[in-house]
Amino acid sequence: MAASGASKNVIAKYLPVYFVLLGIAALEVFLAYQHFSTGSLLAILLGLAVCGGALAVMYFMHLAQESRGLFLTLIPATIFVLLMMNMIWSDSFRLLHMRPFAR
Amino acid sequence: MSNTEVAVHGHAGALVEGSPYAIPSRKLTMWLFIISDAITFGALLFGYGYLRAASSDWPTPFKFTPSILNVMIMTVVLITSSLTMLGAVDSAKLGDKPKTARFLWSTILLGVVFAGLHIREWIGLIDEGVRLFQNPWGSPLFGATFFSITGLHLLHVTSGVVAIAVISRGFARGSLTAGHVESMGLYWHFVDLVWMFVVPVVYLLNISR
Repeated sequence: MAASGASKNVIAKYLPVYFVLLGIAALEVFLAYQHFSTGSLLAILLGLAVCGGALAVMYFMHLAQESRGLFLTLIPATIFVLLMMNMIWSDSFRLLHMRPFAR
Repeated sequence: MSNTEVAVHGHAGALVEGSPYAIPSRKLTMWLFIISDAITFGALLFGYGYLRAASSDWPTPFKFTPSILNVMIMTVVLITSSLTMLGAVDSAKLGDKPKTARFLWSTILLGVVFAGLHIREWIGLIDEGVRLFQNPWGSPLFGATFFSITGLHLLHVTSGVVAIAVISRGFARGSLTAGHVESMGLYWHFVDLVWMFVVPVVYLLNISR
C-alpha cells in the first residue's frame, strides 16, 4: 500500500509540469492561427518548444536531479551542434532568390 | 613496489572506478543514445527548414479538422503516456511489480493510440494525393520531408512500444530490474520531447488558412 501511495504521489508531483506542457501545446496552436509572419511564428513556436523540451528533460527525464557534470557534458555539446547547423540558412535563402554566390 | 605491481594495481583501480556521473552505465548509455538521436532529429528538422525556406511553393495543407485537431489529440496522448511512464519508473523503484505492469501497459496502450492516430493522419494525406515525391499543391519535396520526419518519429514510438512490452514482461518475471524500466522511461520521454518540436515545425507552420 505504501508503494501504491508513493506512485500516486509521483503522478501528483509531476501534474503541474504535465499541465504546463499541455498549455504550451495549446498556446502553440492558438498562436499558429494568429497573423504573424512565418519568421516570427517560427521563432515564437521554437521558443515555446524549447521551454517545453527543457521542462521534459529537467523534470520528466530527471536531469535536474542528476549530477551537474552530466548536465554540463550533455546539454552544452548538444546545443552547440544544433546551433552549428544554422549555417545552412543563407544558402537556402540564396536558392529561393536564385542569387549567385558572392561576386 | 615494482613496475609490474604498479601496473596491476593501477589496472585494478581502473576496474573498480565509479561512474564519473554517479549513474549506472546503462543509464549513461541511454543518455548518450538520446543525445545522438536528438542530433539526428535536429539535422532532419534543419534539412526540412532548408528545403522549406528554399521553396517558393511549399504546401500548407493542414486544416484544423482533421489534421490539427488530430495532432492536438496525439500530443495529449503522448504527454499523458510520459506521465504513466513516470508512475511506472517510480513503482519499479519501489518494487511494486503489479503497479509497474499497470503503468507500463497504460503507456503501451497510449503509444498504440498515438501510432493509430498518426497512421490515420498519413492515410488522410495519402488519400489527398500526397506521395513521397509528388503532391497536388506545390513543392514535390513536401511529401519526402513530411513522411521522413514523422515516419522516423513513428518508428521510435513503435519500437518504444515493443521495448516497453519486453521490459514489462522481464520486470514481472524478475529478469530485468528497475534500472531497465528507468532507462526505458528516459527513451520514452525523449520520444515525447521530439514530438514537441515536430508539431510546430512540420504542422503548425503549414496550416491551411
